[in-house]
Amino acid sequence: MHEMSVTMSLLDLILDEAAKAGASKISEVNIVIGQMTGIIDDYVRANFELLSQDTPAEGATLSFRNIPRQTRCRNCGHTFQPSEFEWNCPECQSLEVEITGGNELYVESIEVE
Amino acid sequence: MEIKVLKDILNANNQIAEQNRQLLTSKQIMAINLMSSPGSGKTTLIMQTVEQLKGRARVAVIEGDVSSSIDAEKLGQAGITAVQINTGGGCHLEAGMVNSALANLSLDDIDILFIENVGNLICPGGFDLGEYLKVVILSTPEGDDKPHKYPLLFSQANALVISKTDLLPHVGFDTEAFARVFQGLNQKATLFKVSGITGNGIEDWGKWLLDNLQKLRTSNKTKQ
Repeated sequence: MHEMSVTMSLLDLILDEAAKAGASKISEVNIVIGQMTGIIDDYVRANFELLSQDTPAEGATLSFRNIPRQTRCRNCGHTFQPSEFEWNCPECQSLEVEITGGNELYVESIEVE
Repeated sequence: MEIKVLKDILNANNQIAEQNRQLLTSKQIMAINLMSSPGSGKTTLIMQTVEQLKGRARVAVIEGDVSSSIDAEKLGQAGITAVQINTGGGCHLEAGMVNSALANLSLDDIDILFIENVGNLICPGGFDLGEYLKVVILSTPEGDDKPHKYPLLFSQANALVISKTDLLPHVGFDTEAFARVFQGLNQKATLFKVSGITGNGIEDWGKWLLDNLQKLRTSNKTKQ
């Protein structure tokens, strides 16, 4: 839902990195998004197309690596990925689960010219 | 040429949040990021909290809304210091907005600062504002099935306030089922049940705030 503001931050970040490297064009952006953040790739892509116009990042290809939500059962220690519908531990059915992965939201690398 | 970046996309927000946190802590202010759906009773809870803590803690409010100043006016009429932020369509508050609002508050006269986020159970969870604690409100008519639908927000809360408990006989909210699911996901949060109509539960909530204010100030002293 908040992809617009995330994309604005993304653009500021990569323009800054490219400027520091003295690059005049960004051709690729590699982004890591965890499922917990709720950020949707296609929305970022659409916003990016709009926001990057007339900047060195215009036309850059965005690649996403999506990290699934991961949880750990506090009762039996089992690590699993809850589905959209089911959060119980598949091993012991416990609801005592802590979120251990899927909060990622970062730029891994960019390709510049 | 490839450049390794490995930076959080919200890096800029996080840095301002950290500035806010340092400023607030240095002023001994406990900031609470208050998050919930629209209409769950954030403003009502704040008004009752001010009444409850009268003479014991000075409360101010940063009021975040998409538009209008209805809530800030309501608080102002009740004699509560409030600064309105309008996000102009934005679905959450960001650290920079809070930073600007802080410039309009007299920080030496505040003990507890409520930052009332935009009513939304999704987006506010992604943005650190520099708060000391995060509090989520869920009103009973919204239903007891929310934690697994909005796991990010519910897993972050330091306290969870179930509001509108006077409606329990009418809305089929299963408090025990809620507590089981919520506490399964979040072991650190304290659970409160309050009603703005009867005033039930406000005393316990007020006590929790004062205890945490004390903790913040004790840890400040230790650091000095």
